[in-house]
Amino acid sequence: MTPREEVMTAVGLKKSYGGRLVLDVERLDVRRGEVLAVLGPSGAGKTTLLRLLATLEEPSAGEVRFGDLVWAGGLSPADLLHWRRRLSFVPQNPVLFTGTVRFNVEMALALRGRDGPAASADVEALLDRVGLLPLAEARAGSLSTGEAQRVCLARALVTRPDVLLFDEPTASLDPANVAIIEETLREAVRCWRPAVVIVTHNLFQARRVADRAALLVAGKLVEVGETGHLFDRPSDPRTAAFVRGEMVY
Amino acid sequence: MSAVSSWSELGGIILLSLAVSGTAVLLASAVGVPLGSLLGLSRFRGRPLLVRATYTLMGLPPTVAGLAVYMLLRAPGPLGGLGLIFTPTAMVIAQWVLVTPIIIGLVAAAVEDKDRRFRETAVLLGATPWQARLLVLREARPAVFAAVVAGLGRAMAEVGAVMLVGGNIRWQTRVMTTAILLETRRGNFGDALVLGGVLLVIGFLLNSAIHRLQTGEG
Repeated sequence: MTPREEVMTAVGLKKSYGGRLVLDVERLDVRRGEVLAVLGPSGAGKTTLLRLLATLEEPSAGEVRFGDLVWAGGLSPADLLHWRRRLSFVPQNPVLFTGTVRFNVEMALALRGRDGPAASADVEALLDRVGLLPLAEARAGSLSTGEAQRVCLARALVTRPDVLLFDEPTASLDPANVAIIEETLREAVRCWRPAVVIVTHNLFQARRVADRAALLVAGKLVEVGETGHLFDRPSDPRTAAFVRGEMVY
Repeated sequence: MSAVSSWSELGGIILLSLAVSGTAVLLASAVGVPLGSLLGLSRFRGRPLLVRATYTLMGLPPTVAGLAVYMLLRAPGPLGGLGLIFTPTAMVIAQWVLVTPIIIGLVAAAVEDKDRRFRETAVLLGATPWQARLLVLREARPAVFAAVVAGLGRAMAEVGAVMLVGGNIRWQTRVMTTAILLETRRGNFGDALVLGGVLLVIGFLLNSAIHRLQTGEG
């Protein structure tokens, strides 16, 4: 197996709110063509980690590296824009703008100055992939949660980002919607090999989609390793307890 | 004797009500929508104080607004030379004073709410700060229209300010609310009720418009 190229790296990354340290990660790599599942109990700092990677939060200490750029707070607006335009973020609860399904997916391209027939073709292909082409002209407000989340996924993929960040993308969805989202994600990874970070509570999902998994407990990385290894031969007792479905603190 | 002698007089009163309140709300929107949007989108020191002041002015009693405008426009007042007191223009000014804070406050609250929900999504989709603001304002559009219609409802229904600065002069500054007041005082309850009914119908139409804007129906 060829060694995988690191796309994004967190080094000595810390975040505190009001003096309380909620995240303290020594090092975490996100690699091209790889799906990394971030697991952990509620309040472990998983979402905070994603928000730091997306530059939505400033590190209290340490940094995130992405290409030539370093996020330790204080990036210029142009650099911030460049950073965010190379990634996509799918939140737990879909947020769609007023307008049609097509408008919502096209927006990601339009904001980057891309329109015309090529852009439209990309939008149609993705809508087709997530099974929403028949609803392309439907109003976003009329969709079910599962459909809306599939629009969010199409919108996240249409720009072919280098990094995809998912925050519990299927937490409130039924199995059919989960299957479409996971399969679309796998296809994207095969197609242009983005680096993917998926925060999930769902251990089965982590096993299904992730090449590597990381366990975050109380803001600290307990263990990072190949998914099968982490589940079947965990080296930390807390990981062993977590994958057995026991409470860990 | 009835204060409203004919259908043509009644029509004139309704038209003047609509003209005065409509003009006041148009002018209040011209100021209130941009200021409210700015207040809803920005975060600066002193903003909470400004928001509280706006909310206080939203509840300004019409008589107080009327009194202030009256003091400005009456003959010995600072703007007395303009000769505006007891004219429809004075009524427009008084209603503008009443309605502008309402539009600023409602627009600011709506924009702030949309900002919380949509700004981050826009930024994550690769929007520049300006693109993100425009997307937030786009989402707030229905609420902005609703704020304007609510301002019109308030203007149409108020009586204290137009009474003070307009004087309820027959054929000149008599509007629906001041006519109702006069008819009631004279014991012409029938006429007062007819005018009240017309006012209610207009209010119902305005509220229907708000409802449609807020639910996106129709």
